[in-house]
Amino acid sequence: MSKFVDSIKSNKKLQSNLITFGMVIILYVICQSLAAAGILSNSMKGLLIQFCYYIIMAVSLNLTVGILGELSLGHAGFMCIGAYTYGIFAKVLSSGNLSRTAILLISLVLAAIIAAFFGFLIGIPVLRLKGDYLAIVTLAFGEIIKNVTGSLYIAKDSHGLHFSLNGTSDMVLDADNLVIIDGPKGITGLTSGVSFTLGTILVIITLIVVLNLINSRTGRAVMAIRDNRIAAEATGINVTKYKMLAFTISASLAGVAGVLYAGSLSTLTSTSKNFGYNMSIMILVYVVLGGIGSIRGSVIATVILVLLPEKLRFVNSYRMLIYAIVLIAMMILNWSPSARAWREKMINKIKSGKKVKEAK
Amino acid sequence: MSFLSNLINGLSLGSVYAIIALGYTMVYGIAKMLNFAHGDVIMVGAYVAFTIVSTLGLNPIIAVVTAIVICTGLGMLIERVAYKPLRNAGSPLAVLITAIGVSYLLQNIALLIFGANTKIFQSVISVPVIKLFDGQITISGETSVTIVCCIVIMIALTLFVNKSKAGQAMLAVSEDKGAAQLMGINVNGTIALTFAIGSALAAVAGVLLCSSYPSLNAYTGSMPGIKAFVAAVFGGIGSIPGALIGGILLGIIEILAKAYISSQLSDAIVFAVLIIVLLVRPTGLLGKKITEKV
Amino acid sequence: MENTRPLLEVNNLSISFGGLRAVDDFNITINKGELYGLIGPNGAGKTTAFNLLTGVYKPTEGIIRLDGEDITGKKTIDINKAGIARTFQNIRLFKELTVLDNVKIGLHNRFEYSTLAAILRLPSYFKVEKEMNEEAMKLLKVFDLDKEANLKASNLPYGKQRKLEIARALATNPKLLLLDEPAAGMNPNETKELMDTISFIRKEFDMTILLIEHDMKLVSGICEKLSVLNFGHVLAQGPTQEVLNNPEVITAYLGE
Repeated sequence: MSKFVDSIKSNKKLQSNLITFGMVIILYVICQSLAAAGILSNSMKGLLIQFCYYIIMAVSLNLTVGILGELSLGHAGFMCIGAYTYGIFAKVLSSGNLSRTAILLISLVLAAIIAAFFGFLIGIPVLRLKGDYLAIVTLAFGEIIKNVTGSLYIAKDSHGLHFSLNGTSDMVLDADNLVIIDGPKGITGLTSGVSFTLGTILVIITLIVVLNLINSRTGRAVMAIRDNRIAAEATGINVTKYKMLAFTISASLAGVAGVLYAGSLSTLTSTSKNFGYNMSIMILVYVVLGGIGSIRGSVIATVILVLLPEKLRFVNSYRMLIYAIVLIAMMILNWSPSARAWREKMINKIKSGKKVKEAK
Repeated sequence: MSFLSNLINGLSLGSVYAIIALGYTMVYGIAKMLNFAHGDVIMVGAYVAFTIVSTLGLNPIIAVVTAIVICTGLGMLIERVAYKPLRNAGSPLAVLITAIGVSYLLQNIALLIFGANTKIFQSVISVPVIKLFDGQITISGETSVTIVCCIVIMIALTLFVNKSKAGQAMLAVSEDKGAAQLMGINVNGTIALTFAIGSALAAVAGVLLCSSYPSLNAYTGSMPGIKAFVAAVFGGIGSIPGALIGGILLGIIEILAKAYISSQLSDAIVFAVLIIVLLVRPTGLLGKKITEKV
Repeated sequence: MENTRPLLEVNNLSISFGGLRAVDDFNITINKGELYGLIGPNGAGKTTAFNLLTGVYKPTEGIIRLDGEDITGKKTIDINKAGIARTFQNIRLFKELTVLDNVKIGLHNRFEYSTLAAILRLPSYFKVEKEMNEEAMKLLKVFDLDKEANLKASNLPYGKQRKLEIARALATNPKLLLLDEPAAGMNPNETKELMDTISFIRKEFDMTILLIEHDMKLVSGICEKLSVLNFGHVLAQGPTQEVLNNPEVITAYLGE
C-alpha cells in the first residue's frame, strides 16, 4: 500500500489526474446531497445535466485545440450528430418494449461510433489544411450538419423509411405512419430527463479517455505534431494518422455529449442556437478560459461559466460581453511578447525578493 | 425570365459579398490573419446608418458618411488594441481566438445598446426601379446601386493599390514584412491603413446589405461575414480580383440554390462550395501557393 | 569477407525550384562508421541537400541509396524508418513537452502498444512505458541531460537544446545521423564539448554521421572526409586536409 502511495507521489502527472477525478466526484457528491436534502431549486437541477454535457464538450474540444493544436469551430456539429442519433433511435423504438435506460445506453454507443465516423470523414479533408483554413472549414462542416439535420424530414411506415427535404406532404405514406424528424420542427415527443449520475459517469469516462490518451505514446505523438510538425515527421511520427485519431476521438466524445443533451429534452430541434457555430465558439470560450491544453481547467471553467449566469441575474445580461473581454484580455496577456516579458520580469522580481528575505 | 432575375439578384448579393471579401482579403494578405470580427463591423455600420436615418431622421448621405467614418475608426481601434500586441506572438491560434473575442464583443455591445429585437432597416437608396422586357424583370434601386458601388470600389481599389505609394507599400508588406521594414516602409502604418480601408468597405457593405435585406440585429453581420470569407478563399485569399470573382460567384450560387434547390439548405450549399474549392484548389481560383521553409 | 557496400550512396542528385537548380549533380558516398562533413558558403545548397536526403523535398533527378535500399522520393517518415535521423539548423524541439518526452517520441516506432491499451491502461502500457523510460534515460545520461529529464524542453539552455535534438534523433535508432550546423550559436567552450560528444556517440553507438558546419575548427577537428558545395555543385570531395588545401575551395571561401 505504501508502495502505491509512493508511486503516486513520484508521478506528478498521475497526481494531477487524480485531483481532476477527485474534483468531479466531490462535485457530484455535493450536488447529489443538496438535491437529496431538497435545497436545490428546480432551475439548479436542470443545470446539473448541463454541467455534464458541457464538460464533455469542453474536454473533447480541448483534445483538438489544446493537445492537437488545431482550432475547430464545428464541434457543435458532432454534438448535433450525437443528439440526432439518440433522437431517431429513441423515436423509432419508443413503441417497442426497450427500457429508456437501454435506449440511452445503446444510443450512447451508437452516437459515439457515428460521430467518430463523421469525425473521420470530415477529418480527411480538414486535417490537410492548416490554421485559419482549417478553422473555417470545420465551421463550414458544422453549419452543414446543422442545416441538413434542421431541414430533413424522415418518416416511417410499413414500407420502411422515407426521406425528404421538402416536407412530409411530399411523401406517400401509409395511414399508420410515424414522422421521425419533422424538418425544422425536429423530433418531438421524446421522454425528457437523464440522470445526473449517468451524466457524471460519462464525464468520468471522457476524462479517463482523454487523460490516458494524453499520457501515452499516442498522446505524445499528437503533441509532437502540435509542437513541431516537421520535426515530428523527421522523427518518424505518422502525422496524418495521429491527427485523425485525435480528431476522431474528439468528435466521438462530442457525440456522447449530444446524447446527454438530447436526452434532457422532450423536443429536439437543430437551430443556430444549439448546434450553430455560436455554440462551438461558446465551448471554445470555456476551453480558452480554462487554459488551452489544461483538461482540469476546462472542467473548472465550464462549471463556473454555466453556473455564474444562473446565479447572478445581473451577470446574465452582461455575460457574453464579459466573456468577450476576458477572452481578448487572456489572449493578449498570455501571448503578446511584451506582456510575456513583463510577466517574466515580475516573476523574477518576486523570486529574487524571496531570496533576499531568505538571506536575511 | 425568372432565371435572369435570380441571376441579377445573385449578382447584387454577390457584389455585397465581394465588397466584404475585399476587406477580408486585404487584411489577410497583409496581416496574415483571419479577421473574424470583420462581419461584425458590417453590423456596426448598418446600426450607425439606421440610427441616423430612422432615429435622428437625418439625410441618408450623412448616414452613409458617418457609418464609414465610425467603422474606419473602429477598424483601426480594433487593430491597435487587440491584434497589434499579438502580431509577433507566433501563434495563429491566439490571434484567431482574439478575433473571435472581438466579434463577440461587438455583437454584445450592439445587443446592450440596441436590444435583442430585430430592427427594420429603412433603405437609404432612392433610385428608381428599372423595368426590362415589359416589366417581366424588375431591378430594384438597391440592386443597381449595389452592383454599381461594387464596380466603382473595385476600380478605385485596384488603382489605389497599383498606382499609389501607399498601395505599393501594402503590396510590399504583404510580400515580406521584414524586407518592407528594411526598405523604410512604415509597416505598422500600412497595416493600420489596410484595416481602415477594409472597415470603411465593411460600412458600405453593411448599408447596402441592409438596404436590400432590411432586418437588422446584432448578428446580421456574422453570417455574411463568414460567407464573404468563403468568397475570399474561393477567389484566392490575398487577391483583389479574386475577391470580386469569388464574391459574385458565391452570391449567384446562393441565390440559385435558394431558388432551385432548397432555401433551407442554401447556406449548407455555400459551405459545401468552400470545402470543395479547398480540396480541389486550396489556394482558390487566383491564389498563390505558399510553402513552409525547413 | 568484409561488407564493402557504402552506407549512403547518392548519385546525380538534383532539384530545381522554378529555374534555379539549388542542388545540381550532387554525389556522395559515405561508408559505415565515417564522420563526413558537408561544408560550403551560405546558400550553397547544404540544407537543401539534407532536405532531399530526408524526403522534405522530392529530387528532380538522382538516386539515394541507404544501405543498398533505394529511398529516393520516399516520405520523410519512411526515410526515418529506413534509418536516417536528423537535427535542424534552427532547433526544432517539441517545446511544450518535457526533455524525457522528447526522447520518448524518438523511441515511438521502436516500442509499441495500442491506443486502446493506453486508454484502458492495460498491462502492456505499463510494461512498455517502463522500458521506454529506461531507454530514454539511458540516452539522456549519455548527453548529460538526465537531471533535466522532467524540465520543459524550451526551458533548457541553448547548448543543451542542441544536445537534446541529437539525443532525440539517436532515439530513432538510425543508421545515419545528419546534423545540420550542430555548433551554430555555440561559444568555443560549448563547441569543444560538442565535438567531444559527437566523437563519443560515434564510438558508443557505432554511428555514421554526416554534418553541415561552418565552424572550420570543428570540421577539421573531427571529420575525416569533406564535401564542399558551392552554388549547388560539388566543388571538392575527399579526405579533410586534402580538401581544405584545395585552391578552389580556398577561393570559394575567401573570395578572389
